Order: sequence, then structure tokens, then C-alpha cells
Amino acid sequence: MRIAAAFAERRAKGEAALIPYSCAGFPSRQESLELLHAAAGAGADLIELGIPFSDPLADGPTIQKATFEALRKGMTVRGVLDVLREFRRSADTPVVLMTYLNPIYHFGLEAFVSAAREAGADGLLITDLPANADPELEETVQGSGLDLIRLLAPTTSTDRIPVVASGASGYLYYLSRTGVTGARTELRVELAREIEAIRAAVDLPVAVGFGVSTPEHAALLAEVADGVIVGSALLDAVGAGGVSKGAAFLSSLRAAMDGVVRQRS
Amino acid sequence: MKKGLQRKGESLGGSIPERRFGRFGGRYVPETLIAALDELEVAYVAALADPEFQSEFDALLRDFVGRPSPLTRARRLEGAVGWGAIYLKREDLNHTGAHKINNTIGQALLARRMGKRRIIAETGAGQHGVATATACALFDMECVVYMGTEDVERQALNVFRMELLGADVRPVESGTRTLKDATNEAIRDWVTNVRTTHYIIGSVVGPAPFPRIVRDFQSVIGREAREQILATEGRLPSAIVACVGGGSNAMGAFHAFVDDPEVALIGVEAAGEGIASGRHSASLAAGTPGILHGSLSYLLQDADGQVAPAHSISAGLDYPGVGPEHSFLKEAGRARYVSVTDGAALEAFHRLSELEGIIPALETAHAVAYLLGAGRDEIGGGPVILCLSGRGDKDVAHVARVEGRGLPQDSHALVTHRTAGRV
Repeated sequence: MRIAAAFAERRAKGEAALIPYSCAGFPSRQESLELLHAAAGAGADLIELGIPFSDPLADGPTIQKATFEALRKGMTVRGVLDVLREFRRSADTPVVLMTYLNPIYHFGLEAFVSAAREAGADGLLITDLPANADPELEETVQGSGLDLIRLLAPTTSTDRIPVVASGASGYLYYLSRTGVTGARTELRVELAREIEAIRAAVDLPVAVGFGVSTPEHAALLAEVADGVIVGSALLDAVGAGGVSKGAAFLSSLRAAMDGVVRQRS
Repeated sequence: MKKGLQRKGESLGGSIPERRFGRFGGRYVPETLIAALDELEVAYVAALADPEFQSEFDALLRDFVGRPSPLTRARRLEGAVGWGAIYLKREDLNHTGAHKINNTIGQALLARRMGKRRIIAETGAGQHGVATATACALFDMECVVYMGTEDVERQALNVFRMELLGADVRPVESGTRTLKDATNEAIRDWVTNVRTTHYIIGSVVGPAPFPRIVRDFQSVIGREAREQILATEGRLPSAIVACVGGGSNAMGAFHAFVDDPEVALIGVEAAGEGIASGRHSASLAAGTPGILHGSLSYLLQDADGQVAPAHSISAGLDYPGVGPEHSFLKEAGRARYVSVTDGAALEAFHRLSELEGIIPALETAHAVAYLLGAGRDEIGGGPVILCLSGRGDKDVAHVARVEGRGLPQDSHALVTHRTAGRV
């Protein structure tokens, strides 16, 4: 339960966790592996590692582009597990594999979760497998030893929040707005209230993503959330200046978050 | 004939309908859409139980779409195949020229019930886009249509038609630049604007409840055909034949006959350059179950579970997935799925034009091609009903180009010029 421990550790210090997302195989296999190490070094508490899929229908332009580039360069489901396995040789930062359902369904979900465990994954987030969509598949993940990370959206009804939380573990990923992934210049003001409402209803840590693009955003979110997820803005930085620029960006987020006084702990 | 959208023996009783067809279908979507799908499900169940909704829908189909569409005996086509009576269910005579309008009128009525005035749609051949734009004009709704750039080119005339009807056509550059990617982009729009927007999906695909809703709105095809063939022939047909991309005209034609085992249900997929070439759209013939666009169904995919690019000469069939109910009917052995190449479809496009004075859509031409090549034992001796899902006006320029005969007019250049600025 490395994920729970990572959140607990930050929480004990009154801090929020930093959770970068990266797409395996982008900008290349080697650089995506280097980015995992660099992220861990820059203060990432856990890492979401994306498995590229040909039809990323919940992703905006940045992650679509990264996905297509990773696929073009030959990244596969097994390839992602290999990258993770290599990372695990010298790092113990928790890793959540993030994917659309089809590649791992095609792999065979049972075989996949066991291969993912063996490669060193800690959790699994399946973008298009909402709670109760397919109990058999969900139980396969829940019984695997991987945390099943689930999404909550601003459109999720109050009644549904406990339903989503009940089969989930590790943390809940709150989408800070409706829409696809992508860096944004502003965060919504209602966000703090929404996160409070979720935290009142569930016991799991709540991490917030979708649109985090500056240290100021990260600091704002760190006041109210247990974790701050950053994806597109990180890939934009990596795309523009390579792994070192990505790592510097993460360090700037971490520094901004460390200066924050949590509203609750 | 039973009135209304439900088949006999199938009563919803105000409850939420089954979200699967056997193991297929489901709701594999991002969490953001769950509330909207729930809302749609509730609105649809309420609409089915509302006689006013039914009568408004029926009246629009009659007075605006022009239903019932005729069932035309195709005597010269019969002469060419030589094994029995053939009837054409003339969806090509609907307003806007295809079956697609049956669904868009129904869904626009649903959107109005839900208080949503912004409509989005995906389109391949452009027929669904045109039908959606038409319904939006009729109901004074904002309309955005996503269309792959390859299809914008192949179906230039329909792009211009959508624009004339007031729609905003947004070319989609990503991925394969066809229907699959237009659907991805429509879903991205819906995820973003879900509170104000209804997504009028164009086929019996997508997350529940879409496959069922679209089938129900299209089932008027089979209900009418059943009544018409009983009136003319005094018996049920031996077979119903329809082309299958996503499969909405086929599902609409099949639905009224599913419980009649003596009626063969035959779906015709696009074999493109041949199944063996790998360049085709025959999901049921050559695919394996997978998840795309919110449901589990047969899917063209590679060894790593990446969706494989589809190919067909007809933009409307150029889709790597298929409606989940077709997957169910295939595995249940209730329907049979065959496939026809680009070349055979093109030849059938000419044959039907010359034999019957009807230029079919290239999609529909696949079903015609199957009939032309089918033997009596495959078909059961007739009478056979072929769902003539759309007319071929939209394809004339494309066929001329494919056959190297030059453009009969400059519509192609006009439209690509008009849309290029927004890519």
C-alpha cells in the first residue's frame, strides 16, 4: 500500500502530494524512463504512467499528441510494463498505470493486472471504466492488489460520490472541470467548495487534476486538496525542453506547494 | 402493425432499460458523462411513456420526413439475379435522402425535452450531419458537426449542405481523419459541454442508452416494411438485407423481424480492398470484441489492442467498430454478416442506377452488390427486402473522381475552399 503511505506521509507534514502524469514512450522510450526518475527526484510523491491508446477521447491536444508519438515510436502495453520494471530497479516512488480500457482488455485484464503487479505498479486508473460499468472487470482489479483509482467529475451527483468511493482505494482523482485534459490558465473558484464536499463524504485522499499549469495553480490546489495532478503542462514542458525542463517545472510546483499552509490536515 | 417505438413483448414499464445486448454494449465512458447518460435514459423512458411525444414524432415523420417510405418492387433487378421477388425499402426518398433523419428528429425532440439547445454530432458520409443540421434548423437549435478531413474531401457536397442549414462543420485532423476520429472529437466536445449540449449520435453505437434509442427511432423502417410486404405479398419476406457500418439502417430494418425466425437477417459490411488486404471495415467478419466509443462490440484492432484504421470507398461504412446489438445478433446466430469489396459496391452503384433508375448511396450499394451475387439458397427464395438506406447524389462527384472521369461540377473545390480556414 505504497500509495496510502505516500499520502499519509505528506499529510503528516501538512502538505499535499505532487502527482505528475507522463505518457510512456513520449518523447521516446528512454526519455520517458528518464522522466520517471527525474520526477521522483523533483519531489513527485507518486507518478501516473500513461499507456498510450489510439483513441484518447478524454484527452486534449497535448496528451493526444504525446500518445500518437509514443505509438508511432512503437510503444506497446508490454513496453510500458518494461519501462516500469526498469524504473523499479532503482526507485520506490508509487506508480499508477493510467489507461483506456481497450488495450488492457485486449491483453486480458487478469493477465494484465498480474503483469502490472509483477512490474511494480501500485494502482490502476482506467479512464473509461466508471464505477459499476462492469463489476466483473472492476472486481478483477480490486482483487489484484493494485489500488483501483477512480475519477470523480463536477457532474458526478452527490448520491453517486459514495458509490464511486466504495470500490476505490488509494485516492480519488477529481477532475477540476468538465472537459478533456489540457493546461489551463485559470482554475475555477467553486473548486474548493466541491473538494470539501467530496472530502466530507469519503475517507480517501482527494487529488485534483485537469488544467494545472503553473506553480500558482499548484499552490492554490495544495491548500484544499490532498494531491495535485499535473499532466499536459508537464508534457508541454518536456516537449519544449526535454526531461530537464520537465523536472525543473515539477520542482517549481513542489516549491510552491511547500510554502502553502493547508486549510485542513 | 403495432404503433410506437417498442416491439411487442418489450415493455419498459417506466424502468431503466437493459444497458447491454447479451454481453455487448454497456457504458464505458469517462465519469464526466455518467450524469448525462442517466439524464438521457430517464428522459427517454419518460418520452416513450408519453403519448404526446409519440404523436409529435409520428406527425413529424409523416409531414416533414415524408413517411411512410414506399416499398418498391425492383423487377429489372429481379431479372438480373433471377431467383425471386425483390423489394426496395425506399429510405432514399426521405427528406435529406437517407434513413438518418428518422433518428435525428427523434433525438432532437428528446434534447428539447431535456432543455438542451446545443446539439453536436459526428458524421462520416455527411448524411447524419445533414440530417442533424436539418433537425436543428427545424427546432431552432445550435448545431456543431464534427467530420474527418478525409471525409470533408470525399463528401464535399454534404459539407456545403450542412453549412446551408446553419450548422458549424468542424473538420477533424487527428488520427485517421474519418468517422472514428470525428466521433472522438464529438465525445470530447460532449465531455466539455455536457451540461448544455446533447450529442445526437448517428448510429446504433456509443454508450447505453444510445444504441437502443437510435435503434428504436430507426425501427420505423422495419415496422413499415413488415406491414407493406404483408399487404402486397401476404407473407413475411425470406430475408432482409442492409448495409452495416455502425449499423443503424440495418438495425432499424431488422428490429421488427427479430422474433420471426423464418426471416433471414443479413448485414453487409464493407470489405474495402478485400478482407485479406487488411484494408476494410468488416468489424463483424474480421474483428474481435473490444471497447471503443463507450461500448463493447466487435472491433478492428491490432495485436496490442490499438484500434486499427478502417477503410471503405464509402465514408459512411469507414468505421472500425459496429453497433453492439449487431455483435449480439451475430453471436446469437440470429443475423448473418457478409462483406462486399469497394469494386463490387461500385459496380452495384452503376447496376442499380441503370436497372431501376435509382442511384444508391455507396453505402447502400454494398447491400445491392451482395444481392447481385447471392444465390437463391442464401436468400431463401424471396421475397427479399433490401433496405435502400440512402440516395447516391452525394457520391456522384466521388465516383466520377474514383473512375477518373473528372468532376461534373466544381462543388468539390468550392467546399474545400470554404472549410479550409477552420482546420
